[in-house]
Amino acid sequence: MNDITPAVDDGSTDDLAPGQRGAGQPGFAAGLRSYLIGLALAGGLTVAAFWAAQTHLIYGPAVSMALVTLGIAQMGIHLVFFLHITTAPDNTNNVLALAFGILIVFFIVSGSLWIMSNMNHMAVPMQEMMRMQP
Amino acid sequence: MLGKLTWQAIPFDQPIPLYTGAVVGLMLVAVLVWVARKGYVPYLWREWITSVDHKRIGVMYCALALLMLLRGFIDALMMRGQQAFAFHAAGFLPPEHYNQIFSAHGTIMIFFVGMPFVVGLMNYVVPLQLGVRDVAFPTLNSVGFWLTAAGSLLVNVSLVVGEFSRAGWLPYPPLSELRYSPGVGIDYYLWALQISGVGTLIGGINLVTTILKTRAPGMRYRRMPIFCWTALASNLLMVAAFPILTATLAMLLLDRYLGFHFFTNDAGGNAMMFVNLIWAWGHPEVYILILPCFGVFSEVVSTFSGKPLFGYRSMVTATMAICVLSFMVWLHHFFTMGASPEVNGFFGIMSMIIAVPTGVKVFNWLFTMYRGRVRFTVPMLWAIGFMVTFVIGGMTGVLLAIPPADFVLHNSLFLVAHFHNVIIGGVLFGVFAGYNYWFPKAFGFKLDERLGKAAFWCWFIGFYVAFVPLYAVGLMGMTRRLQHYDQPQWHPWLLVAAVGVLLILCGIVLQAAQLIVSIRSRHRRADPTGDPWDGRTLEWATASPPPLFNFAVLPDVTGQEPYWGTKRKAIEAMHLSAEPAYEPLEVPRNSPTGFVTAFFAFFLGFALIWHIWWMVGLALVGAYATFVVFAWRDVTESLMPAQEVARLDRANRTARALALQEMHA
Amino acid sequence: MSTSESALRLPSSSVALDLRAAPVLIRGEATGHGEGGPAPKRIVVGFGFWIFLLSDIVMFSAFFASYAVLGDATAGGPTAAQLFDLRNVQIETACLLLSSFCCGIASLAVEQRYQQLTQLALLVTGLLGLAFLALEVQEFAGLIARGAGPSRSAFLSSFFALVGCHGAHITAGLLWLGTMMAQFYAKGFRPDICRRYLCFSLFWHALDIIWVAIFTIVYLIGVRP
Repeated sequence: MNDITPAVDDGSTDDLAPGQRGAGQPGFAAGLRSYLIGLALAGGLTVAAFWAAQTHLIYGPAVSMALVTLGIAQMGIHLVFFLHITTAPDNTNNVLALAFGILIVFFIVSGSLWIMSNMNHMAVPMQEMMRMQP
Repeated sequence: MLGKLTWQAIPFDQPIPLYTGAVVGLMLVAVLVWVARKGYVPYLWREWITSVDHKRIGVMYCALALLMLLRGFIDALMMRGQQAFAFHAAGFLPPEHYNQIFSAHGTIMIFFVGMPFVVGLMNYVVPLQLGVRDVAFPTLNSVGFWLTAAGSLLVNVSLVVGEFSRAGWLPYPPLSELRYSPGVGIDYYLWALQISGVGTLIGGINLVTTILKTRAPGMRYRRMPIFCWTALASNLLMVAAFPILTATLAMLLLDRYLGFHFFTNDAGGNAMMFVNLIWAWGHPEVYILILPCFGVFSEVVSTFSGKPLFGYRSMVTATMAICVLSFMVWLHHFFTMGASPEVNGFFGIMSMIIAVPTGVKVFNWLFTMYRGRVRFTVPMLWAIGFMVTFVIGGMTGVLLAIPPADFVLHNSLFLVAHFHNVIIGGVLFGVFAGYNYWFPKAFGFKLDERLGKAAFWCWFIGFYVAFVPLYAVGLMGMTRRLQHYDQPQWHPWLLVAAVGVLLILCGIVLQAAQLIVSIRSRHRRADPTGDPWDGRTLEWATASPPPLFNFAVLPDVTGQEPYWGTKRKAIEAMHLSAEPAYEPLEVPRNSPTGFVTAFFAFFLGFALIWHIWWMVGLALVGAYATFVVFAWRDVTESLMPAQEVARLDRANRTARALALQEMHA
Repeated sequence: MSTSESALRLPSSSVALDLRAAPVLIRGEATGHGEGGPAPKRIVVGFGFWIFLLSDIVMFSAFFASYAVLGDATAGGPTAAQLFDLRNVQIETACLLLSSFCCGIASLAVEQRYQQLTQLALLVTGLLGLAFLALEVQEFAGLIARGAGPSRSAFLSSFFALVGCHGAHITAGLLWLGTMMAQFYAKGFRPDICRRYLCFSLFWHALDIIWVAIFTIVYLIGVRP
């Protein structure tokens, strides 16, 4: 997999591996700060989620939506602070691949839910079905 | 001690599998003894079994596919034969056996013929077209191939040890649940597919990374050959869709082995969920099969029309559109399962929309041929045959996409004719075109043209004779998978269909003859320059077969058809460009990792099927140990000295210079 | 046939360097966008593993879809609200989040080539992961003992499969982690081992992301009426 002049592996190229920190912030301290912020934010959101699940302060039917939102936010924190996914041009391939994956997950989950709930709604209940057997 | 495995697993009471198994077993032993006697074992081990070279692996994938095509086709012969005879009669295949045959036929054709063939072609050609030395992860590539081979071995072993699934190529519950299929057949199916599924996923990851991250300098996305674009789309689909299959089959395995209730009739299970999930995989799967074949046709039509491909950008857009749309149509496989008109309507309309990008492609191919200097070589014949056949099959597909029509035709022979129309006309014709087209590149000599053309016509005519009657009989109401029937008006059609399959058999025999004759006369039909077809893409810039490193120096790509441009320049200048400065090259080392992993995977599968738990434990430990040994390697590459690189490259340059002189002489 | 045969024997230049027509192109730059040639190994390996993670996420989504569809199929048996202990889930979540954090610290240590900090951070990562696993196994055992095992109902089957699949990934990750610790110890910070560690950290963080989805959907939303 080598060429005569193999590309230098020091982050000076126009591309980043997923999970690799950008060349912009070298050093242990800067990295540690990023992880600490991520931990704090993710931890805070987690606590918020557990709180939201059992509080009476939020309108009942809205709680599920709030939990989903908090969950997505937590995932975002993980992606940005732990996985160093950014919108910089050197991360384009990684972001596109992630977007493709999310799109597929959306199709599968929403498609399955729509189809199955629709069919369950229209199907004969299992008890009835067994009673129809000869 | 050996779980459920006893002597009764061997079908002593069923003559057909018994004798077949005995004959195949004897042939296998004979071949192995011959190989050992001739001293080929070290060569095979060093050059093929432990090879991590994408070219070798590509050839092995195609060889596996061709072998399994024979088995799958024999299943087809038996099915057509049974249906030709079984009018008011029992035929020669008892139902338990017939059911295994149609299940094996579908499973083998999709998973062990279609998939390996397209994967093999992509493996061979994509790195060469991208102008690089190998795929991104060579050793992993070997693992992927051998896992696929292990899966296919499991399916073949089921013929003589135990039985195969009787539930069709997609085992719908509740039939496939333990209660209604207590034997080992479904388990063979499930474990074979789980193991080869890992192999497919590995291959998908490999090629996606190769295409996106390792290309020759200057090869921007818009300069990639179309075959690489279709390979990208197909492998993205593999990565996105195969996990669904893995999860769904795992759920069925959990039901069967641990008493879970995903798809059972009781305790809240929902069999429809299986159908939903399996087709969420199943539809992208057929696009995984067809997209590389579209790529093959793009290359073949362009080369043999002597013109660049018409509408490159619309081709790329159509390909990527198909990639995304293929995840939005899957319900059309079960319109009749009882969803509401809104749901059926949505998926019906999406299924019609997805025909549009394919239509765009067909027009682009036609416009490429228009005003070109068309050469009717064997690959081009397959391409033209495809264009006619696939369009017809596609139209019957759009017809089936209308839910009310599908309510009449679902699971009839009309459906069977439709999908064979597109799979044979599309996938099989495509891989045969690719096989004939790239064979000289892989082996250094061309295949016999006359036998190739004869084989094509037998396949082409045979296909129509075999499957058009099935359209007719499907419209008359015949369901699929019937072991016997008593409608007199169906019988003559099924007799005609049987004749058709015999014609296809002639085609296959002619293809075998083509291979044997060509090998025998290979010195006469050698390809000295590496460019036997006046090609346009980078693989034709290498020798036939290419050296291990493919390119002595990675090419600098400046335009859309890089090889064509430099070729024209050399012809005008009447000499080759300057010899490059040769440097030593790092080449990945051979590794037995793939073979050993597959060895343990096979025994893991076998042990799980027969409930031999101690063997399961051992195989898992073995697989993990293999991983650790592989990870512990210190030396992964060896250095090829510059003189060796120079020697190999100069040999090809000499041949090309000679041909250039002859051209101007 | 012969005329077309000879016409086919067209030569080519050996495709050597031809910089006359090329724009100013320095090999090694702009890799991954096609201009500069094959990307460095770190990027190739990292991206390949990223694609694998995507496939893994799709696989989990199939289990999630099953859970969503079968979540109400309790077959007269116990429901989520009756079974799940949220305190346990809180501790598990904390373990995994902290484990991810320690994995990040280990990444920093690997970058700076601090062997002892690497081993320490990896050890803590592993122990927290083990704690998570132990709590989960305990939860499963408890459910089975109460007659709420996976064979009780489709809801429980989908729960055990989804959460169990995640647990199986954690187990595999811990085995991998052990191997990584051994390799760092035995071979130091060789480039290929560092690349492998990059893949492990991607894997470990992704598992935490999936856990966020699990505890949100299965435990928090699942127990609501």
